[in-house]
Amino acid sequence: MVRTAKDIDARLYTILYKISDPEIPALSIIDLGIVQKVTLEGKHVEIDITPTYTGCPAMDSISMEIRYTLEQYGYSCLVNLVLDPAWTTDFISDVGLQKLKDYGVAPPLSTEKDKRVLYDGERLVPCPRCNSTNSKMISQFGSTACKSLFQCEDCMEPFDYFKCHK
Amino acid sequence: MQRALYKYILLLGDNALVLGHRLSELCGHGPSLETDIALTNMSLDYFGQVRNYFQYAAELEGGSEDSIAFLRKERQYVNCLLVEQKNTDFAYIIMRQFLFDHWYLLILESLCSSKDERINAIANKAIKEVKYHHRFSETWVQRLAGGTSESFKRIQDATTFLYPYTQELIVANAIEVEMHEAGIGPDLKDIGQHYYDQIHTVFNKTGLQKPEENFFHKGGKEGIHTEHLGFILAELQYMQRTYPNMQW
Repeated sequence: MVRTAKDIDARLYTILYKISDPEIPALSIIDLGIVQKVTLEGKHVEIDITPTYTGCPAMDSISMEIRYTLEQYGYSCLVNLVLDPAWTTDFISDVGLQKLKDYGVAPPLSTEKDKRVLYDGERLVPCPRCNSTNSKMISQFGSTACKSLFQCEDCMEPFDYFKCHK
Repeated sequence: MQRALYKYILLLGDNALVLGHRLSELCGHGPSLETDIALTNMSLDYFGQVRNYFQYAAELEGGSEDSIAFLRKERQYVNCLLVEQKNTDFAYIIMRQFLFDHWYLLILESLCSSKDERINAIANKAIKEVKYHHRFSETWVQRLAGGTSESFKRIQDATTFLYPYTQELIVANAIEVEMHEAGIGPDLKDIGQHYYDQIHTVFNKTGLQKPEENFFHKGGKEGIHTEHLGFILAELQYMQRTYPNMQW
């Protein structure tokens, strides 16, 4: 996975870091962990990205954004969608997790805690505003495939929880 | 072998396509906002999965994911009859989903160790989504069965109507036998045992009764469908039939 500038050509890294998931504009595709491989030959770039959810409509727009952006910098570009390795929420970087929280989306908990929350209704997800874990699930499915909807019962604010996906 | 593999992928993909379409019909028509969002989210997951299946199928036998999805004739679709049944009411939608999710999850668990690398990768991706659907439909079956006498009656009606469509899921046709022997697909006998154990356990817990008669419908996997598929295809294929080769 491409994570730091050391993994790829530094100029490409800077460009790719500017591209974000349209559903979560706060998060770069690098921090999201979907960029798997980048090869550069002369001015031609080949990029493998892995979808978060199979039906995620953002994948087409992200591929287009990558091609469009790189072409503006004079590169030609081929984007491949690869299924292996299957994306998990572990692919999100620490910086990414923090950015999610700052954006108002509660980042994924550990698999074990996530199960207790989603399957047994336990109150463990910290509210991204006030950090209280007195939060309850309002809807198992949320605004996008990767999130479910919660409400904090201390500050009463509803918020998205980025589900643990493994 | 390649021909059989192609047909096997259609068996998997057509279920996802037709059920995905059925659920998409509910967009904006769900009984509440949460269930509306849930059902259409699930629809989207199926469409993602069917793209993966059909892209692979197209690489094997030519054509494109779109031509496979939109340009076959009714008898060339091999989805099981269960998934094309109507959205009669919310209880039917939930029971159809429950009966399908339990089966599909067992299939995917097995396909996660398929000898075919591509199917293996698709299954490993899809299974995470389907586990989540499975949880949704099972919870709702329990809620409806344990709700009011009206909600119980409705989920019982749906059970009586849809149960006869389940056997088709677990009786292997020639393609499925061949794929099992090649180490690509599961042994459906094995799946069937687990499948009925699981759903009967939920029936026992909730007081739902399966029909007394041992009558089952079949034909979908051989392309012989109920009247509903034609209407689904009329809508699904409209754009490609009216404006051939159109693209977004």
